[in-house]
Amino acid sequence: MTGTLRMTYREACRQAIRDALRAEPRSFVMGEDVGRYGGCYAVTKGLLEEFGPERIVDTPLAEAGFVGACIGAALAGLRPIVEIMTCNFSLLALDQIMNNAATIPHMSGGQFSVPLVVRMATGAGRQLAAQHSHSLEGWFAHIPGLKVLAPGTVEDARHMLGAALADPNPVLIFEHIVLYNAEAELDPSVTGVDIAQARVRREGTDASLVTYGNSLPKCLAAADALAAEGISVEVVDLRVLRPLDMATVSASVQRTRRCVIVDEGWRSGSISAEVAARLAEDFFFDLDAPLRRVCGREVPVPYAAQMEAAALPQVPDIAAAVRGLVRPT
Amino acid sequence: MNSQDIRAMAARVLAGIAPEADLAAVADDADLREALDLDSMDFLNFMVGLQQASGVKIRDEDAPRLRTLAGLVAYFG
Amino acid sequence: MADFLMPALGADMETGKVVQWLVTPGSRVKPGDIVAVVETHKGAIDVEIFLEGVIDELAPLGTELRIGEVLARVRSSSAAASPSPSPSTEPSPARSSSLPPSPSPAPSPAPTRSPLPLPATAAKASPAARRRARELGIDPGQLAGTGVAGAVTLADVDAAAASAAHAAAQTPRPRGFDALQMRQAIGAAMSRSKREIPHYYLASIVDFGAAAAWLESVNRDCGAEEQLLPAALLLAAAARALAQTPQLNGFHVDGAFRPGAGVHVGWAIALRGGGLVAPAIHDADRKTPAQLMAALRDLVQRARTGGLRSSELSDPTATVTSLGERGAESVLGVIYPPQVAMVGFGRVVERPWVVDHHIVPRPLVQVSLAADHRASDGHLGGLLLAAIDQSLQSPERLGPRSTA
Repeated sequence: MTGTLRMTYREACRQAIRDALRAEPRSFVMGEDVGRYGGCYAVTKGLLEEFGPERIVDTPLAEAGFVGACIGAALAGLRPIVEIMTCNFSLLALDQIMNNAATIPHMSGGQFSVPLVVRMATGAGRQLAAQHSHSLEGWFAHIPGLKVLAPGTVEDARHMLGAALADPNPVLIFEHIVLYNAEAELDPSVTGVDIAQARVRREGTDASLVTYGNSLPKCLAAADALAAEGISVEVVDLRVLRPLDMATVSASVQRTRRCVIVDEGWRSGSISAEVAARLAEDFFFDLDAPLRRVCGREVPVPYAAQMEAAALPQVPDIAAAVRGLVRPT
Repeated sequence: MNSQDIRAMAARVLAGIAPEADLAAVADDADLREALDLDSMDFLNFMVGLQQASGVKIRDEDAPRLRTLAGLVAYFG
Repeated sequence: MADFLMPALGADMETGKVVQWLVTPGSRVKPGDIVAVVETHKGAIDVEIFLEGVIDELAPLGTELRIGEVLARVRSSSAAASPSPSPSTEPSPARSSSLPPSPSPAPSPAPTRSPLPLPATAAKASPAARRRARELGIDPGQLAGTGVAGAVTLADVDAAAASAAHAAAQTPRPRGFDALQMRQAIGAAMSRSKREIPHYYLASIVDFGAAAAWLESVNRDCGAEEQLLPAALLLAAAARALAQTPQLNGFHVDGAFRPGAGVHVGWAIALRGGGLVAPAIHDADRKTPAQLMAALRDLVQRARTGGLRSSELSDPTATVTSLGERGAESVLGVIYPPQVAMVGFGRVVERPWVVDHHIVPRPLVQVSLAADHRASDGHLGGLLLAAIDQSLQSPERLGPRSTA
């Protein structure tokens, strides 16, 4: 390893897998194009050569089959890291994930555990059109028995996998396709992260922006723009969508008393709806303004570039929502 | 403080104790307690008020000297 | 819901007029809080509330209320915690209460499913603003909102509270009493006393030499603010004596004697321009002469300028009157009903006295007791006077000189 710890989100994911494979002999990676192709998003590039075909396993286009196989492997005591190319294809394995991985530990009265890690690319912004641009992490966060992670920073991409592998529950990790190219300098003193807490990425006093994934850099950019107008915005990165860390979120809202939730998924029945409901239920009297959400427009994601951009939350929309609460007149 | 200031100060302090009192009508050598119908509590409050207004600490043995306007002027002047 | 009634501020008071409210509907109150200024013939009295809860309704300003009539309604804290029924089924306040009709329109209750009793208002206000408004006793419906959709925000409530506090500081509170009314009330009370209470009188001459010497020594080293007047010693002696003879400390009501809950001595204060009040110093038997002196100065100040509290007027268990340096040599008082005793002190005079078989000049003071023969006999009264005499011979035993 060279001295610098500057790397892309993609590289961070790769390093995380590499560390896992080295540290845990029971672990392996299975998925479509993970081996010879090096991964659809090049995350596993070079790993087949490094670890061999027993640890990096290519599969046919059969999500239900290979996810089911990994569930079986986990039940048998291995530590599989299954890659579903994108969350769009996870629908084909939904029965496995929801009815087996999430449920067997409960239905067996704890006799069986499913220490499975599922990595999926998620999100829109690459003109992959309606069937390949979903943000389904909020949907999966609806299911008891699963943990759902959404690393929004290079550091979280680097270290969340390790924590997920150590967790005896099935853990889903959603890596946003636009974030793969994001670059950052890693703090060498950080050797692990929790997969339980949200984190305040930027402190502020006038409003809280609560978000995750690729909406995080957009919220930070909006906060910068608003600071120039004299509005101080706090940005909270949820990091974990199930279980939600409402303690961090509510502490922020108790300070700022105004909240805008930014979620790339469609607003109806989304994770943003869940956060808003919990704030209204339990922290109603701390609110000095209505709750607001900035979400994907309620349309299948368009293919044309400008339409796709218009369908997703963007920095000006986020800034306008905050402005509307802090300076309504 | 000159005589005018002392009389003004006394009038101000008295206003809080005997609001209807008219110091101008009281002779310089008249006993203030008789002239203004001040009982011992009133007179004590008068002493405290003078002390606070003037900043001068009034000792117990000096109190008899402050029973007339002439005495006040002599003490504070 | 509890009713806060107009208190009896002394036997000679029948009505009072609310001239200022110091709380608003929605204010949280606890026992001892001063909630209103009521004008009586004794001047403007600060009325304290002894209920705990949240103010629901207030009698309108300017109404003349008799003792026992409803001044305000208070929701108790426990009642407030239960979920409120749908507002449409609750009778509107104006119809169900016996409060005089209010000139201002009653606010319409806002629909709410929240279990917490936010003040019923149709105003658009954020939850945080509503909570702050309730804490501060402000009606958010009266405020202009700068929030989303014109809603009242926290900042709006805070600004209103700040300017209200500022305005309140500027507004002088109504003070002053009606001398003629007071005269009539005193007359009525004294007539009733003489008519109904079979008084007996006892008097004693007490050697004040020890007390005078003690006062001189403690006062020598003090500034004007810490001076002790003889009144403080006399009051201390009387209070302790009353504590020792409880049958003289209390009330004659409904044909029987009811002892007072504590020794709350009413101290008779002559008001400039004529008139008399005797507000209570609570637990006077437990205070040192220095504490009593401070209490006396405070009471006299407030009696003269207006600012006596309702509990001071309703609570005296016995009265002490001291004529002071320029009064007569003795006073045989008229008992203030429904009390059963009045202790009187005349002027301290220098007279010939016999000490060790020699005639010497001594400072002397005449102590008297006027007592209700239905509640006590001369023997008991004599014991009280003896106790006072004894206290005054050993003044240092009345307590430490300073309150520190």
